Amino acid sequence: MTYQEKKSIVSVISVILIFAGFGLYMYPQHPKGGLYSEEIFHYWGTYVLTLTVVSIIAHIIISIIFNIFYRITTKEKEPSFQDELDKIIQLKAYRNSFFVFILGFLLAMSLLVYQPSQIMFIILIFSGFMADVTGSITKLYHYWKGV
Amino acid sequence: MGKNLVGNHIRKFRFNHDEMTQQQLADKVGVTRQTIVALEKGNYSPSLELAFRIARAFNLSLEEVFFYGEETKS
Repeated sequence: MTYQEKKSIVSVISVILIFAGFGLYMYPQHPKGGLYSEEIFHYWGTYVLTLTVVSIIAHIIISIIFNIFYRITTKEKEPSFQDELDKIIQLKAYRNSFFVFILGFLLAMSLLVYQPSQIMFIILIFSGFMADVTGSITKLYHYWKGV
Repeated sequence: MGKNLVGNHIRKFRFNHDEMTQQQLADKVGVTRQTIVALEKGNYSPSLELAFRIARAFNLSLEEVFFYGEETKS
């Protein structure tokens, strides 16, 4: 298995762990109150912003640890650049991620039209998570099966 | 995928060039080893530029390294 394949697998696992871990951390802090209360909006705004920051930092740390582990176990240096295959695969991953997120976004907006509830926020966040997972799985698929 | 019609003899020519490793070829033509792996498996059709660089790495013409269509791989 090559570096890119291993990295895609690590990426899928880390996205799931980060999302699940953060969800478990934030769930007890969920405020009581109606949909239009100030605390609810504050909670979900904080949730999204904090998740974004935590996710970026966690990805950087996991990437560094993975590279160190990869060097030690394989005695190879990780690729320091993206070649044409990497760029094509990344574009396909972005396309699929974007598609999944837009689907989630439209679903959340539809819900807002027909039955406003907090599920809208959950769908938005979940579609972000699914978009991330889809991107990583797309990469893994194309590194395995080709372009 | 499995619909690539561009095949190649990279593995054979690597072997003929002092058993050049995939990493050595990758370094020579400026791609990652993953790309050489994908090319040898027939999972990826390279850009024209990369195809020329690979052929040049073996001191061969493009047609000697790559083929199009049903030609059998050796």
